Amino acid sequence: MVLSPADKTNVKGTWSKIGNHSAEYGAEALERMFINFPSTKTYFSHFDLGHGSAQIKGHGKKVADALTKAVGHIDNLPDALSELSDLHAHKLRVDPVNFKLLSHCLLVTLALHLPADFTPSVHASLDKFLASVSTVLTSKYR
Amino acid sequence: MVHFTAEEKAAITGLWGRVNVEEAGGEALGRLLVVYPWTQRFFDNFGNLSSPSAIMGNPKVKAHGKKVLTSFGDAVKNMDNLKGAFAKLSELHCDKLHVDPENFRLLGNVLVIILASHFGREFTPELQAAWQKLVAGVATALAHKYH
Repeated sequence: MVLSPADKTNVKGTWSKIGNHSAEYGAEALERMFINFPSTKTYFSHFDLGHGSAQIKGHGKKVADALTKAVGHIDNLPDALSELSDLHAHKLRVDPVNFKLLSHCLLVTLALHLPADFTPSVHASLDKFLASVSTVLTSKYR
Repeated sequence: MVHFTAEEKAAITGLWGRVNVEEAGGEALGRLLVVYPWTQRFFDNFGNLSSPSAIMGNPKVKAHGKKVLTSFGDAVKNMDNLKGAFAKLSELHCDKLHVDPENFRLLGNVLVIILASHFGREFTPELQAAWQKLVAGVATALAHKYH
């Protein structure tokens, strides 16, 4: 799967619309994931997962910042995400199925907050982008 | 078998009553074909699917989307017996249409995303969860008779 120039434009455009809400949306996506797909909570037994949790907010910002970095280096995701890829492969070892679950919740969150911008083409580009990021993050698993 | 609480049923039914099934159906099927282009494999006779705008404006896509989502309305009315409600459609999708059940999961998630874009903040995580349960239940019910 390759991101076309149009995909990259769509993703960058969306990210500029997100502005300084990225941490907030990151946290919301995580919260939605924990509520909608409870099996994902198994990776966060050390977290307070209650609504409004400071740990979820902090982690949402982490996830959002990583995605922002990916957007900024969209022409070379493997390089930009190399350390995170190592982390997920050797330390976190999150089962690959979970990246789809978080990606879905990120799309739900963006559709909710940016309905006018979330056109079918943008939806497709974002889905592809998140799938590409997921692939990079699981690329060193075995 | 998936079980819905009284609250989940009320939440789902309440939202469904405010959905324009014709519009949402066309949008859901259209987005499925745009975002996951390989799903177009089932629609060779639908005419022009060459671009997102062609797909979203295609009258056959809109009509079929309406058909699909109207049928989904049966799920909302039969949450306690999804397998029974979709038994015949399950046979059809297996024996005649030869649709990989993964496609039902993809469409279900597209529908959830559309609901989020239409209802905004009202589409709370908990309301989303009730709907994720329903779309998963429908996908399972539609796959139930596969052999």
